[in-house]
Amino acid sequence: MTASATASKAGWRLKQPSIIPGFGLTLGFSLAYLSLIILIPIAGLLWRTADLGWSGFLAILSDERTIRALYISFGTAFIAALVNVVFGTLLAWVLTRYRFPGRRLIDAMVDLPFALPTAVAGIAFASLYAPNGWIGSLFMPFRIAFTPIGIVIALIFIGLPFVVRTVQPIMEEIDREVEEAAATLGANRFQTIFNVLLPGLTPALLTGFALAFARGVGEYGSVIFIAGNIPYVSEIAPLLIVIRLEEFNYAGATAIATIMLLISFAMLLVINLIQAWSRKRYGNV
Amino acid sequence: MSENRRILFRNPADESFTTKLVLVCLSLVFLGFFLFLPLVVVFVEAFRKGGEAYYEALAEPDAWAAIRLTLTVAAIAVPLNLVFGLAASWAIAKFEFKGKAFLTTLIDLPFSISPVISGLVYVLLFGTGSLLGPWLKSYGIEVLFAVPGIVLATVFVTFPFVARELIPLMQDQGTGDEEAALSLGASGWQTFWYVTLPNIKWGLLYGVLLCNARAMGEFGAVSVVSGRIRGLTNTMPLHVEILYNEYNMVAAFAVASLLALLALVTLALKTFLELRFGAGAAGGRH
Repeated sequence: MTASATASKAGWRLKQPSIIPGFGLTLGFSLAYLSLIILIPIAGLLWRTADLGWSGFLAILSDERTIRALYISFGTAFIAALVNVVFGTLLAWVLTRYRFPGRRLIDAMVDLPFALPTAVAGIAFASLYAPNGWIGSLFMPFRIAFTPIGIVIALIFIGLPFVVRTVQPIMEEIDREVEEAAATLGANRFQTIFNVLLPGLTPALLTGFALAFARGVGEYGSVIFIAGNIPYVSEIAPLLIVIRLEEFNYAGATAIATIMLLISFAMLLVINLIQAWSRKRYGNV
Repeated sequence: MSENRRILFRNPADESFTTKLVLVCLSLVFLGFFLFLPLVVVFVEAFRKGGEAYYEALAEPDAWAAIRLTLTVAAIAVPLNLVFGLAASWAIAKFEFKGKAFLTTLIDLPFSISPVISGLVYVLLFGTGSLLGPWLKSYGIEVLFAVPGIVLATVFVTFPFVARELIPLMQDQGTGDEEAALSLGASGWQTFWYVTLPNIKWGLLYGVLLCNARAMGEFGAVSVVSGRIRGLTNTMPLHVEILYNEYNMVAAFAVASLLALLALVTLALKTFLELRFGAGAAGGRH
């Protein structure tokens, strides 16, 4: 009896033995800081939502304006992420395979959306794509700014580096001999790219898509200037949260935030599953 | 002559010159519309009415207050996340323990949360309807619509940056160096200062750089908790928004141009670090 109890005690161990000190201190500090800054505030949000009750929660979510805002946020983020998968893959390809003047500069510039504050990107896009702007005036009478297309434009900017930076390292690791083998077996270049290279890139493309999509759904700063923010037409969900807060309608803001949070968690799970699957299938990220 | 002949033979595992040209041009046009023009338009609009109007816009007291606040907030938020990043990466990279993967996922959480929601959670925690807000207020401590709230929201949003750069780097380096130092009689702190820190310094700098850029540029989260009181709780990105909505375009783009410069400096330093030291293999999730 006692023997099995000690055996099971020895079997469950929080950490593997190590001579390196500081485990308790660093893990303890990390957990405390994580809880204070992230976990407790998020728990507070979920707690407030639970206070609304199931019917109260559903009542807010079935509001027409909320549904439209969520639909616009998810729809535009989806389209932008699709565009980014196409152009992000093209960019990653051009940057890894071809040598041309300015390649280094362009490679560095791809990270601009990570570094440029969203509000700056927002006003820049609004003035570029406005009907009297440099690009907007080219497309007149077709309007880009202050329509959902404007939202898509801003989200393409925001999501681009996610796809490029996920796909690029995988492309760099492709063994050129695979392509040469395909060519000697009679495949033309098009067949090699689509039947040989693309399947290996699929996990990276899916991850890049999911990251760009998740970021686009929650994006606020770069969108609100170009969107025009017309309720039911070009009003995104994060903006609706802000509007509800400004009306002191905390219940409304909380419910929308919770549903967005739950969908984000689901997205995070999907991303992790794709990566686990890809590790198993291809042995890399 | 021989040059021409070489072009006639094309590597079957490569595209033709025309295809390459078309693909490169397509990429350049795409980038022109989505990356270069937005950057250019910021500076063109800022200098639309000449250099004098530009300097006037920046010399305005409210603009100065916004710049000072932004620097203050970053000066608090970045060191906090730096210490956390070091602690978390030490625990995660140097030890094997249960729940490690879950902890790593939790650290990434702020990346997948809308900035507006990051601000909202603090409004709910410290707002009028909460328990904490009125209690702190009775001691004269304002969190919401004041600097502490802005700092908290910024810390939330920039939470993963340093940890995310350091964890893979320290995992790659393993524990061999530390174990050697310890076996030679170094204390834990000595090991950290003289062995671990020099090993990770460029990765650390890289993480701090990205963390700082985001901290100074954060908009959504900060706009929810700040209350946008001019000269008091207005950070630079919020000041840009106010000026823009007042149709004061030159001033809005002048302040925006400072933030764009910050972004360009960040990118330049980041590229330099990558080329020189191979620090932090351009991680995808910022």
